[in-house]
Amino acid sequence: MLRFDRVEIRQGDFMLRANFSVAPGAITAVVGPSGSGKSTLLGAAAGFIPLAAGRVLVGDRDVTTLPPGERPVSVVFQDGNLFPHLDIATNVALGLHPSGRLTRERRTAVEGALARVGLEGFGGRRPSELSGGQQSRAALARALLRERPVVLLDEPFAALGPALRAGMLALVAEVFADRTVIIVTHAPEDARAVAAETIFVDGGLAAKPVPTDALFDDPPPALKDYLG
Amino acid sequence: MAIGAQPLGPGGRAGVAAALAVPALIAVTAGAVLWQAGPGRGLSPADWSAVRFTLWQAAVSAVLSIGLAVPLARALARRRFRGRALLVTLLGAPFLLPTIVAVFGLVAVFGRSGALNAVLGWLGLPEVTIYGAHGVILAHVFYNLPLATRLILQGWAAIPAERFRLAATLGMDAAAVNRHLERPMLMRVVPGAALLVFVICTTSFAIALTLGGGPRATTVELAIYQALRFDFDLTRAAVLSLVQLAITGVAALLALRWVGETGIGAGLDRPVRRFDARGPGLRLLDGAVIMLATLFLVLPMVAVALRGLPAFIDLPASVWTALLRSLAVAAASTALVVAGVLAISLAVVRLGRRGHVLEGAALLAVAASPLVIGTGLFIIVHPFVDPGRLALPVTALVNAVMTMPFALRAVIPATQAAEAEFGRLADSVGLAGWTRLRLLVLPRISRPLGFAAGLAAALSMGDLGVIALFADPETATLPLQVYRLMGAYRMDDAAAAALLLLVVTLALFRAFDRGGRGHVEV
Repeated sequence: MLRFDRVEIRQGDFMLRANFSVAPGAITAVVGPSGSGKSTLLGAAAGFIPLAAGRVLVGDRDVTTLPPGERPVSVVFQDGNLFPHLDIATNVALGLHPSGRLTRERRTAVEGALARVGLEGFGGRRPSELSGGQQSRAALARALLRERPVVLLDEPFAALGPALRAGMLALVAEVFADRTVIIVTHAPEDARAVAAETIFVDGGLAAKPVPTDALFDDPPPALKDYLG
Repeated sequence: MAIGAQPLGPGGRAGVAAALAVPALIAVTAGAVLWQAGPGRGLSPADWSAVRFTLWQAAVSAVLSIGLAVPLARALARRRFRGRALLVTLLGAPFLLPTIVAVFGLVAVFGRSGALNAVLGWLGLPEVTIYGAHGVILAHVFYNLPLATRLILQGWAAIPAERFRLAATLGMDAAAVNRHLERPMLMRVVPGAALLVFVICTTSFAIALTLGGGPRATTVELAIYQALRFDFDLTRAAVLSLVQLAITGVAALLALRWVGETGIGAGLDRPVRRFDARGPGLRLLDGAVIMLATLFLVLPMVAVALRGLPAFIDLPASVWTALLRSLAVAAASTALVVAGVLAISLAVVRLGRRGHVLEGAALLAVAASPLVIGTGLFIIVHPFVDPGRLALPVTALVNAVMTMPFALRAVIPATQAAEAEFGRLADSVGLAGWTRLRLLVLPRISRPLGFAAGLAAALSMGDLGVIALFADPETATLPLQVYRLMGAYRMDDAAAAALLLLVVTLALFRAFDRGGRGHVEV
């Protein structure tokens, strides 16, 4: 579904290579030391970071030169996912149409999405009135409505406590069941919980996805160092 | 960060055009002036004395304003008292105060039949007059003492509170604090503040028009006005305009090196807890300084209100029509500023690094003299149309250009912050064009944009510059009407009209400024 075709990313001295496909309709985790380029990999897929070489494909479609908003991709960042000056319903409605205008039809869809992430009745509130976990849920609701086949999650729950994080991961697995999801995390247990396969990023290379349990049961030396 | 610079788009292209229109207007009008002046026409002795007076009164005004501002700022910095925040806010008000209102207030207090002379007469002392050089300087100090105080108070606020705490633990007294903390700061802040006041005083036309005049108190700008209005000597007006351009250009270039802030709208209401300067003598001194400064700044306004209120009921109809004209001019100027500042801000943000050039181009207006621009426009249009018919549109245009630098200073940083913080998110959900403006930029910058609009409305409402150059007897704005009533010695009507002008100006500023704060959620 999502394919990095001989991708090279250069930012000053930093370089990252990736050449693999991600399993369609499943959750794939990205792990690696901080500064290794996990977020850079996602940024390249989302269209925020230009490629020095190679292509990014979604399905059969080359999206390398498409701007972020036009890619068949939704992104959830670690924070700053919501416009603080817009209410939750409008923030979520941006997933339906970038005008954010709430027609009756859209309002119904927004309410449905909010209900699925456990935020019924929160549409009229501002982001500042929500807890961190609730803000993450609202961001997921918007990604849900956007109906893009690929969902990129860049450490979206890093600021949440362990129990809350497990709940959010379960929610991700449930609501994005039919989509191709890539989630950056630094917690091995997160990867084990939801990701069938995991990409290990280190030393300028994003490795081909391998089965998560096998990877962590018998980690390569670099991953062993990282896990400590 | 979004990749690459964003495409400029129609809004951005309009911004580039608007930013370039400012230097274009300055250049075209300066060109017209230059062409009209022609070669070989020198300055007459009267012109030279206008040059000398302009520089002299600006220098004296700057020295006096700063000399009084330092003790006042020091008193405000080290004292906490009820009403301090209000007083600091009040120090920002003269920027919005229509000049003619201030002049009327000063005349009411310091003029021939004013309060001061009543006291002097009672004491058997000779009476003073406000007309002439010292009147011009008095009015300049009235305007610039608050500005200088705010600038210097910023310097005090910039000294970290921990330094004062450290000074207290070391047992430093006021003199030691002054030597180690305050004097180094003043050495840094005072030259810039003094230069800024000097520049402002070289281009203050309305005060010279109302209080100056005659061979001993005529500024270059006033001489331009007289050459144009009384002698219809376009060439002399043009030559004087070149002189004025040179004076303000040089002074503004010097000032730009020092001055980063204009001292308006900054938060200065947090006094630092101080342990030095607790002696009764210093407390008395600070108290007296604050009291006298407050009286000096407030009494003229009180005089306007006291004198104006009784005559308010039967204001002549000419005042109401003048008010309508002023409102129309202010509305047009505000619309121009809001549209221009929005477009320029977007263009500056979208161009990234190269945007600074654009910003600089639009900020050039700081160094422009509205009267010189007006003279240039007068020279350009008068062969084709009666300048009087263009008085209102030209006034609105020049007012907008002159407000632009302040508006840009307020709005550009907010626009940059909005894009830096939320640009990536907006990109990821595909916000572009008008929708991006409506959902991202406008809500994030509504506060500074409202402030800019308020500033534009207030400055345009109170302007008494270009309008005096262009207006015929039928097209007076409210400030010009006040001036004419004063000239006709109809002082009660003038007072009531001045009060009306003051109230409307402040109400407009407040309405726009509040409007911008309406739905802020940060």
